[in-house]
Order: sequence, then structure tokens, then C-alpha cells
Amino acid sequence: MDIILGNIATELSKVTGYMYPNEFELHWGILVVVYPYLTGLVAGAFILASLERVFNMSSLRPVYRLSMLTALAFLIVAPLPLLAHLGKPLRSYEMFLTPHSQSAMAMFGFVYAWYLMVVLLLEIWFDYRKNIVVWSRERRGLMKYLYKILTLGTTDISEKALRFDDKIGRIITIIGIPSAFLLHGYVGFIFGSIKANPWWSSVLMPIVFLFSAIVSGIAIVLLLYMVTTMFRWKRMDMACLNKLAELLLYAIIIDFSLEMLDFIQRLYESEESITILSQMISSRLFISLVVTQIILGTLIPALSLAWARFGKVPNEMKRLSFFVAALLVQVGIFSTRWNVVIGGQLFSKSLRGLTVYKLELLGLEGALAAGALLILPFFILYVLTKILPPWTKMETELKEPAKT
Amino acid sequence: MNDESTNTPRRDFLKTCAVKLPQIAFALSMIGADTLKAAVEQDDYDPTKHNYAMGVDIHKCIGCGRCVNACKEENKVPDEPVYFRTWVERYIIPTEGETQVDSPNGGRESFPPPEKGLEILRTFFVPKLCNHCANPPCVQVCPVGATFISRDGVVLIDETYCVGCRYCIQACPYGARYLHPTKKVADKCTFCYHRLRRGLLPACVEVCPTQARIFGEIGLRSSPLRHFRRFNDIHVLKPSLNTEPKVYYAGADQEVR
Repeated sequence: MDIILGNIATELSKVTGYMYPNEFELHWGILVVVYPYLTGLVAGAFILASLERVFNMSSLRPVYRLSMLTALAFLIVAPLPLLAHLGKPLRSYEMFLTPHSQSAMAMFGFVYAWYLMVVLLLEIWFDYRKNIVVWSRERRGLMKYLYKILTLGTTDISEKALRFDDKIGRIITIIGIPSAFLLHGYVGFIFGSIKANPWWSSVLMPIVFLFSAIVSGIAIVLLLYMVTTMFRWKRMDMACLNKLAELLLYAIIIDFSLEMLDFIQRLYESEESITILSQMISSRLFISLVVTQIILGTLIPALSLAWARFGKVPNEMKRLSFFVAALLVQVGIFSTRWNVVIGGQLFSKSLRGLTVYKLELLGLEGALAAGALLILPFFILYVLTKILPPWTKMETELKEPAKT
Repeated sequence: MNDESTNTPRRDFLKTCAVKLPQIAFALSMIGADTLKAAVEQDDYDPTKHNYAMGVDIHKCIGCGRCVNACKEENKVPDEPVYFRTWVERYIIPTEGETQVDSPNGGRESFPPPEKGLEILRTFFVPKLCNHCANPPCVQVCPVGATFISRDGVVLIDETYCVGCRYCIQACPYGARYLHPTKKVADKCTFCYHRLRRGLLPACVEVCPTQARIFGEIGLRSSPLRHFRRFNDIHVLKPSLNTEPKVYYAGADQEVR
């Protein structure tokens, strides 16, 4: 008890100004930062995949399947931080059984289930169906049976059947784009609809979330494509990389413009909350907002992408710049999520005081747990690529299944 | 007399037992009868006929912190100074400069003297609690409907149903909610609902030595709250958020948020 009171006393000493007494404890910690970051990667990777499929950006072909599998790997992990964060995780199923229709959070389960079952799994299955059937015939041992199960009993790979697959795949992608928008726009709405919190309450929140999701999704696929190609000792497709870099740059510009619009609007309107929010930005959030999010995570990557993509730069240098830019973008987007979630709790709703967030190392809400949740999708992706190799070379190998 | 009572013979003792035992048994049975009576009363209770609310007269509050104490004890609110169902804030408005607000340990042990040398224009205390809003954002956001407005107008939490997501805590503009550290569910003021159902006042109202807290019903003519609202200029907290609070303040300065 004395230790707890001692901890509370040290925490209280870090408060400046006045906080409501119940506000000393920050309610949403690092896990709630990880959650929108992961969902953003899902939505972004999927939107990238749909650009190839629906808008026929053929140069993106090498990353189409990789981005679908990336979206799936991250989507599987996305609800885990939320679950771990609940006070009563064993009651979480109540959100499905007795959802409260007016609650933005209650709809999460349904949007998630829709996206996972109807969009991602179906699209991946239709896209891989031909390969799965072929593999179920060619492979030996346990894998043969795995693929047999994955065929779900349909082994028809005639021209007609494949045409049908392609058509359905296209329809699912068309449904998938608004679904991906819904998935992440909804995450933005969870924050944007809280009128009690002037840092969150903004009509632009879902849109800013969405565009930052697209930024992070393109960047993660760019990174994964470069790393996986390197480790497979293959040559990188420069046309694809250039296209990815170009799209990433455009997405960053739109995202940054929207965020600046929100920022300028707030400053200009100068409402009651502006004093405390300005204090927060210049003190508590200076590093994570100004340095990490804006300078390191947005301006430097945008400039380096523009220079490497449109300047006369040797390919080696281009690849290096793209890689560094995409890496910085990830740091930047993670900071964006941090600044929204943690930033929104650093000031008192009495608009009279600021507190601090102390990130713990251990425990369910600690840095290690968050790190594990961030690494887990990559392991899942590794397993997925073993079962469903996304490399386009497989396509060419599969061109001659007639021999069997 | 002392001698008589100390030297009671065995027969007298048995006689006393014969008289007292039925009395004790009767008294014990009355405890049972009381609970029964309460249960019957509860059955008679028609929640739709009530709409509870509270008034706070800021001019009368002396910042003694008895309400905070009573609430903590009555509702078994965790002892640490970061969990409160009700707390008292002190506002110090200096002749020049920023208004200072504090609430050390929720005002539970009253307040230390103000900073020396500060030229004070005005100072006052503001008791705070859940506003039992008629348009409550906390109820709107709860994903499972564990928090709700009861038919008698009190915002309650079903602690057997709450999933502990803390969305309601984020949505409350008044900082009235906290996550119970051991139960791991959201918790806040219930207007002492368990007492209301037995015809008693909330603990904080009961103990207030200056009657700064006025409890009653919105619709009832004979309610003291009606009188309070009739004869005072009433303010609610953060009216621009359209939460329609049902804790009415008399004498609240514009500095009160």
C-alpha cells in the first residue's frame, strides 16, 4: 500500500496545473497506440493491393499478393492489443452478443469480421485458388493435405472457372476498398467523435486516420518487398519500386496537408482549449509531434522520396533512399498514433493542467508487450508466405502444370 | 443494589434467560422482518415516478470535505487519492493573473492555507460529482450497454456486465469516472442508489453540515430541489457540450469547468 501511495505521490508531482483527480491515471496506454497503428497497416496494404487489381496498375503486380498477405497478417494481430487492454477480457464476446448500436466501439467486431471473412480471406482464396489446386496435386506429405483442405473441395481449374475466379476477385476488391476505408475511418471515428476531448474531437479525424493508414500501408509493403527480395537473392523490380515510392510520396503529401489543415483550423479558431493544447505541444509532445512525426516522419521522407524518384539518381541510391524513407515513415506514423492516443490524455478536461505518461517496460501494458504485438505479424506473415508464396516467379513456374 | 446484581443466584439467572431469550429471538426476527419490509417496499417502488437530480449551492460550501469522506466510506471507493465519486475543488481568483484550482486528495482532508502573499480577489469551493446527464456521452459510447440511464433518471453501471474498455471514462467531459483498481470495471457516483431505493438521501447530502448539497426530484412540487431551482440562478457545467447535466449549480463562477 505504501509503495502504491509512494508511486501515486511521485506521479502527482509530475502534474502541472490542475487535473481532475480521476484523471491522474492514463486510461489508454501503449496498447491502444499499437491498435490503430496495426489497423492502419491493414487498410493501407489492402488499398495498395486494390490499386493493382481495380485500377490496373500493372507495375504493382510484384507486390499484389505480398500486400494482401501483409494485410491479413496484421489484421489477425489487430484485435489482440484491444483484448489485452480490457479490464475484463473474458467478457469481450458481449460486444458481439449484445452490442450497443449507438457505440462506435461496438461496431468494431462487425467491421472486423466483415473485413476478415468477406473481404480478405475470400479475395486471397480466389486469387490463390488455381495455385492451391495445383499444389494439392504436386506436393507431397503434410503440405499436400493442407492444400487439399484449402481447396475447399473445388478443384476445377478450367479456363471458365479461372475467368470466374478473376471476376469474383475483382468484385470483392471493389467491395473491399470501401470496406478498408470503413475499417480505418471507423478507428478515426472512435476518437473523433469524443466531444469531451478537444484534441480528438474533429470531423477530419477519420479522414486523417485513413490517409495516414494508406501512407503506412504503402511504406510497409515497400519495406517488405525490398527485404524479402534481398533475402531471396532476387533482383528488385525498379518499375515497381518507383511506382510504390511515387504513391507513397503522393499519400504523404495528402496526409500532411490534411493534418496541417486541421492544425491551422484549430489555431485560427482559437477556441477555449487552444491555450492548454499549445502548452502540451510545446512541452509534452514536442519530441513526438514536432521532431518525430513532422520532421523525421514526414518532411525528410517526403523530400528524400521526391529527390530519389524524380532526380537523376543511380538505382543503388534510389533503393537506399526509398528504404530509409519508408522506415522513417513507419516511425512517423507510429508517432502519429502515439500523439493522438497519448496526447489526448496528457491534458486535463478542466483545461487547466498537464500530466505525463510513464511507459512501463514489463507487464501487459508495457513496452515489451507492445513490441511483441508489433513483431508478431511478421512471424505470421512468414508462415503465410511459406503456405501461400506471394512471389510472382511462382506464377511462371505454374505456367507449366500440364506436365503433371 | 450492586450486591444484588453481582450475587444473582442460579435460579434468577435462569429466570432472566427465560424472559430475555424470547425477546432476543423477537429482536432477531425483526431484523429479518425489516429486510422483508424493505423488499416489499422495493416492490412497491415505481421508478418511472421519480426523476432524481442534485443542486449544489456554491455559496454554502465550506470545503470541509465531509461529503468526500462519507462517499468514500458509504460506497467503498478505493482509498488512493486518484479515485473519487465526488470531490471538492477550491478556486482562488487573485486580483491579477491566472485562477488557481486545487483539490488535494479530492478535498477529503479539507484544504491547506492559500499561498502566502497572494492578493486574493475571491475564493470558493465547488463540489463535483457525476452530473447524471440526461444526454450522457458515456452511455452513448459504451459498447455493451453496461452503463445506462435508470428509469428514475440516474446514470448507473452494471458492474457484472462492464468489459472495462474505459471508453466511457474518455467520453465523460467531467472526469467523473474511474476504473476500479480491483474490480477492473468503470465506477462512478450513483447518487447512492442503494439508499435512494430505501427512501434515504445520498451520503454526501446527508452529511453536509451547511446543506450546500440539495437532493430531490425534478418533477415533484414538494421537492427541496424545486425550491432551490426556483430561487437561484442556475448553471450547469460545460453546457456547450449539450450533455444536459442534472447537477445544478447556484453561484458557479465562469471559471468553473
